Amino acid sequence: MNIISVLLILSCLLLLGSSRLHVAIRVVAAQGLLLGILPIIRSMGDFTLGIWVLALTTIVAKGVLLPWLMSVCLRHTGIRREIEPFIGFGSSLLYGTALLALAVWITARLHLTPAQVPAVPLASSFFAVFVGLFLMVTRRKAITQSLAYLVMENGVYGVGVSMSLDFPFVVELGILLDVFVGVFLMGNLLFHLDREFEHVDADKLTELSDVSDVAQPPSAGIDHPRGRGCHMVEEDA
Amino acid sequence: MSLLLSIVFLPAAAGIASYFIRSNRLRRLLWATAAALHFGLSITACQQGTSVNLDHWIGMDSLSAVFLVLTSLLFLGATVYGIGYVAREPVAPRPDTEDGSLVKNEPESIFTGGILLLLSSMSLAILSRHLALQWVAIEGTTLASAPLIYYHQNRRSLEAAWKYLILCSVGIAMALLGIFFIRMTMQDGPRDLTLASLLAQAPTLNHSWLRTAFIFMLVGYGTKMGLAPLHTWLPDAHSEAPAPISALLSGALLNCAFLGILRVQQVCAAAGMAKFGGDLLILFGLVSMGLAGVFILRQADYKRMLAYSSVEHMGILALGVGLGGIGLFGSFLHVINHSIVKAMLFFTAGNIFSRFCTKDTMKVRGACSVLPISGALWIAGFLAITGSPPFGTFVSEFTVLRATLDQGRWIVAALYMLFLLLVFVGMSAIVLRMALGRKTEDGGQRTEGAAQATAPSSVVCHPSSGAEPLTTIIPPLVFAVLALILGVYLPGSLANTLHNAAQLLGGAGK
Repeated sequence: MNIISVLLILSCLLLLGSSRLHVAIRVVAAQGLLLGILPIIRSMGDFTLGIWVLALTTIVAKGVLLPWLMSVCLRHTGIRREIEPFIGFGSSLLYGTALLALAVWITARLHLTPAQVPAVPLASSFFAVFVGLFLMVTRRKAITQSLAYLVMENGVYGVGVSMSLDFPFVVELGILLDVFVGVFLMGNLLFHLDREFEHVDADKLTELSDVSDVAQPPSAGIDHPRGRGCHMVEEDA
Repeated sequence: MSLLLSIVFLPAAAGIASYFIRSNRLRRLLWATAAALHFGLSITACQQGTSVNLDHWIGMDSLSAVFLVLTSLLFLGATVYGIGYVAREPVAPRPDTEDGSLVKNEPESIFTGGILLLLSSMSLAILSRHLALQWVAIEGTTLASAPLIYYHQNRRSLEAAWKYLILCSVGIAMALLGIFFIRMTMQDGPRDLTLASLLAQAPTLNHSWLRTAFIFMLVGYGTKMGLAPLHTWLPDAHSEAPAPISALLSGALLNCAFLGILRVQQVCAAAGMAKFGGDLLILFGLVSMGLAGVFILRQADYKRMLAYSSVEHMGILALGVGLGGIGLFGSFLHVINHSIVKAMLFFTAGNIFSRFCTKDTMKVRGACSVLPISGALWIAGFLAITGSPPFGTFVSEFTVLRATLDQGRWIVAALYMLFLLLVFVGMSAIVLRMALGRKTEDGGQRTEGAAQATAPSSVVCHPSSGAEPLTTIIPPLVFAVLALILGVYLPGSLANTLHNAAQLLGGAGK
C-alpha cells in the first residue's frame, strides 16, 4: 500500500514537471490504475464481489476510457504541450514539494491512529488533491484543467479509500459515474472550445465579465470563428 | 416508498426516452406529461406526510416536502414556458445576437432530455437522506444542467458552461471530502452516513472533525449555491442560459445546494454546534449580499442583474439559517418567495429579450409600451424581489430582520438593511429605465456612442412581433399572483410545515 502511495506522489510530481500533454495523460491513466488497485489491497483478507467490481470499473473508467477520451481530444485540437504556465515547470516542482510537506503536516495534525487510518496513503492522497488544485489554477490549457480535475478527484477518492470508508456500493458507483460523466462532458466542451475560439486557453475565456472596462485581450479567432485550423501547435522541441 | 422512488425515476426515464424520440410533438408531449405527473406525485407524497424508507436512504420530512413541491411547481412553470420557447427557436443556423457569428441550437432532444434528468437529480438531491447519495445527486444536477446552459451554442454560452462545469465540479469535490470527514466524526455505532444514524449519534460526534467537515461542505455546496466569494460562475451561467433554464437554475437548483448545507447544519445543530455553523453562515450571507449589491449597481446586462440578485437572496437564506430561531422560519419562507419571484423575473426577462434582442440595459426602453403584460410583470417582479410590502418577500425578509433584532445583533441588522437598500436602489434605476419611456428606433445607440464595434442588433436578430404568446405570459403571471398571495395570506398548513422544518434545525416557529 505504501508503494502505491509513493507511486502516486511520484506521478503527481511528474505532472507538475512535464510540459508534454500526452505524457500527462498517461500519468493520469497510471494514477487511475493505482487507485483501482488501492481498495483491493486496503481490504486485505475479505474480498467481496463489490470491491472487485468497483476496482475493475475504476480501472476501466479512470485508467482506460477517460485517458483515451483525453488523447482523442488532444489529437483533434492539435496541441502537444502546455506552454507558458503561470508558474514555470521548475518552480512548480518546488511548490510541489511544499505542497507535499503541507499534506504530511495536515495528516500529522489529524491525530489519527495508524491502525485506523494509515498515514502514508492519506498524505499522498491529500497531496494529489493539492496538486490537482495547483494545476487547475496555474496552467492555461483547458485540457490541462480537466486533467487537473481528474487528479484532484483521484486524490479525493484516495482519501476515501485510506480512511476505509466503505460506502454502500450504489453510492460508490454513483460517485464514479458522476466523475466519468463530468470529464466526458468536459471533453465534449473541449471540442467546441477548439472550434469556437481556435484555442483551448482557459485564461482567455474573458468575454463574460463584469469588469468590461478593462481591455480584453483580443482573442485569436474573432475574425475567422469558423476556421478549423489550429494556431496553437507548437514546435515540439 | 415506491411513490418517492417514482418521483425520482419517472423524470429520469422520460429524460432518457426523449433522447431517442425523433418526433418533436411526441417529445414535447412526454415532457409536459412528466412535469404534470411529477407535480401530482409530489403533492400526493406531501399529503401522505413524512415517511422514511429504503433503510433510511430516501425519505421525506417537512424540509424536503417544502423543497420538493416548490421544485416541482417551478418545473411545471418552466415546462409551459419552455415548450413554447423551444418551439419558437429557429432550427436553422442564424447569426448570433452579439458577435454575429453563425450559431445553431443544440438538438431539441438533448435539451428536453437534459431538463428532465435535471428534474430527476434535483428530486433525488431533495429526497435523499444519505449524505453521500445526496452528493451524487447534486453533482448529477451539475452534469445534467451544463448542456442546457450551452443550448444556444455560441461562444458566451460555451464559456459559461465550461466555467460552470469546472468550478462546480471542483467545489463539489470539496464537499465530498467534507462528507468523508463527517464519516470520521462517528466514533461508535453504525458508521453509515444516513441522517437517521448521524442524528441518533449526534451527542457523541467528534467536534473537531465535524468542524472541519462543516467548513469543507459549506465551501463545496456554497460554490454550487452561489455564496460569495465562491459565486463567480453564477452570473455567467444564469445570464447565458435560455430563459426557462435560468429560471430553473436560480429558482430550483440553488435551493438543492442550499438543502445540502442545511443537512450538515442539521447535524451540527443536533450535536450542539449550531452556533459554529451559524456564525460562518452569517458571514457568508452578509458577504454575498454586499457583493451582489455592489455588482447590481450600474449592471449593464439585465440577466446578470437577476443573477446577482440570486447571489443576494442566497445570502439572505444563509443569514436566516445562521441566525437560527425565527430566522430559520423566515429563511425557509424566503426560499419559496425567492424561487417563485426569481423564476417569474427570468421568464419576463426572456420575453423582453425576444422582443428587444439585447441584454444591454441601456438599449431597452419602453418595455411597458411595447410589451404591456411583460412590462407590467417586470415592474411587479422588481418590487417583489426587492421585498416591497404587498409581496411575500417582504414578510420573509422582515422575519429575518426580526431574528437579527431579537438576538440583539445590531451590526448584522444594520448591514442587512444597508445591503437591501443598495440592491433596491441599483435595481430600481435599471428596471424602471427599461420599463418606462418609449422604444427608440435606433435601439438606444445614442446612449451607446462607443458601441459601433458591435453590429446593430436589428441586423442580426429578428425580433418577435405581434401579441405576446400565451405560454410566455401564463407562467410568470401565475407566479406573480402566488407571490402576492403569499404576501397577504400564509396558508395554515404551509406555515405548519415551515414551522416543523425550522424545528428540525432547532429553530422556533413564527
